[in-house]
Amino acid sequence: MNSSFLRFSSITKKIWMAFLGLFLMIFLVVHLGINLCLLRDDGGAWFNAAAHFMGTNYIVKVFEIGLFAGFIIHIVLGIILQVQNWMARPVRYLVSNKTTTPFLSKYMIYTGCIVLVFLIIHFMNFYFIKLGWVSNVNISADGEPEFYIIAKELFANPMYSILYIVLFIVLGFHLNQAFQAAWQTLGVNHPQYNVCIQRFGTFYAIVVPLGFIIIPFYFLLIH
Amino acid sequence: MKLTLKIWRQKDAKSTGKFVIYSLDGISPNCSFLEMLDILNEDLIRKNDDPVVFDHDCREGICGMCSLYINGRPHGPDDAVTVCQLHMRKFKDGDTIVIEPWRAKPFPVIKDLMVDRTAFDKIIQEGGYVSVNTGGAAEANNILVGKENSELAMDAAACIGCGACVAACKNASAMLFVSAKVSQFALLPQGQIEAKQRVKKMVKMMDELGFGNCTNTYACEVECPKQISRSNIARMNREFMCAKMV
Ligand code: SF4
Ligand code: FES
Repeated sequence: MNSSFLRFSSITKKIWMAFLGLFLMIFLVVHLGINLCLLRDDGGAWFNAAAHFMGTNYIVKVFEIGLFAGFIIHIVLGIILQVQNWMARPVRYLVSNKTTTPFLSKYMIYTGCIVLVFLIIHFMNFYFIKLGWVSNVNISADGEPEFYIIAKELFANPMYSILYIVLFIVLGFHLNQAFQAAWQTLGVNHPQYNVCIQRFGTFYAIVVPLGFIIIPFYFLLIH
Repeated sequence: MKLTLKIWRQKDAKSTGKFVIYSLDGISPNCSFLEMLDILNEDLIRKNDDPVVFDHDCREGICGMCSLYINGRPHGPDDAVTVCQLHMRKFKDGDTIVIEPWRAKPFPVIKDLMVDRTAFDKIIQEGGYVSVNTGGAAEANNILVGKENSELAMDAAACIGCGACVAACKNASAMLFVSAKVSQFALLPQGQIEAKQRVKKMVKMMDELGFGNCTNTYACEVECPKQISRSNIARMNREFMCAKMV
C-alpha cells in the first residue's frame, strides 16, 4: 500500500466516488439530450450537428477532459475500494448474509463492471472514430464521421440493440442505489430530505435509461 | 425442542477450524440462546469434551460481549437485540442452526466462536475521549446543550461496541461503530476541543486496521442491536470533510 492513491483514507476515496458519480449523472442527461436527436426524422441533421458541436466546441473540450478524468477516477477508485473490501474478510461465512439490504445494493461493483464493458464497446464504436483511431467507412464529404449513419447501422443489428437495452436496465439499477448513496457519503442525510433524495434517484434511474432505451426500439420497430 | 447445531470449532488462533455438528434435545423455547449453548457445554463437559468457547458477560444486552453469527445474521434472527437477549422461541423445533464467529480481518478468531476485538479499543484510544480540566466538579448547567443534540448524542452513545455492524457488512466495514463514537462527541460542546483531530485519527486507525470501506448497503444499521442510525455515518463524513478542509 505505498502508492499515494491507495494512501487516501477510505472516506476521501468514497467522497470522490460520490462526487464524480453525481457529475457523471449530469453528463448522462446531456448525452441523452443529444441521443434523442436521433428520433427526429431529418436524416440525422440534428444529431450530426450536435455531434459536431460536441466535437469542436472549446468549452465542451475542456469539459471533456474533466469527464474522462471523472470516469477513470470513478472506475479506478471503485476497483480499489472493492479489492480492499474483499481483503477485509479473508475467511468467508458458511451461511451467506441474510440481512435485508436495498435491492442490488450489494452488487454495485458488478453492475458497474457491466457498464464499464459497454463503455469500452461504445468507445470503440464512436469515440475512437472521432479520434481517428479506427478506420471508418462512413466519412462525409467534408471529412467528418457520419455518426448518424454509424448509429443507425448499429441499431439495425438486433444483438447490439438488445445489448444496449439490457445495459441501460443494469445502469438504472446502478444509479438507483448510487444516487442516494452518493448524498449519504457526502454527508447529506436528514429525515426531512431522505425521502426526496431517494425518490428523485429512483425517478432519474427510471426516466433517463428509459430515454436511451426508446432509441433502439425506434430503430428496430419503427424506422 | 430438538435442534441440530453446526458450530465452528477452532482450537486456537493459529489452527484451522472446522464445523462440528451437535444434536440437542429437550430445549425449552423459553431458554435464551446462550443458555442453550450452556446446556450443550454441560453436556460436552460431562462427556469429557472441550466446551464451545463463546464471548458473553452481562447477558442483559448492555456489555456488547456476546457475538455470534447465527444462520447468516449477526445476533441471530431477532431484530434489535444482542444474542444474549435472543430466545429459542425464535426458532422452530427440528431446526438446524449454524453458528459462526464474526468474520473480519481485524477480528481474528481466538478460539471457537470467540474473536479478538482489540481493534475497536485501538480506534477508541485514538480519540474516543474528551479533555476536561481537573479541579472541582463544574456546575452542571454551565454548558447548555440543545435538546435535539443531546438526544442524538445519547442515541449514538448507545453503541455497545459489539461489532455486529462489522460482522454484517459485506465489506467488514466499521463505519457504523466509528461514526457512533465520533458523533456522540461531535454533537456536544464538550467534544469540540478535539473534534477535528478525533475524526481524522479514528478514521486513520480504522483504515490501518484493515476494516473494509462502506459501500452504503446499510446492513450494519439493520443488524445493530442498539439501532444506531446510518445518519451517524453521514455526520462522520461531514466532520471528516470539515476537518480535512478547514
Ligand atoms: S454500532 Fe451497533 S452493531 Fe456496531 S458495535 Fe455499536 S452497537 Fe454493535
Ligand atoms: S452478554 Fe452483554 S450484551 Fe450480550
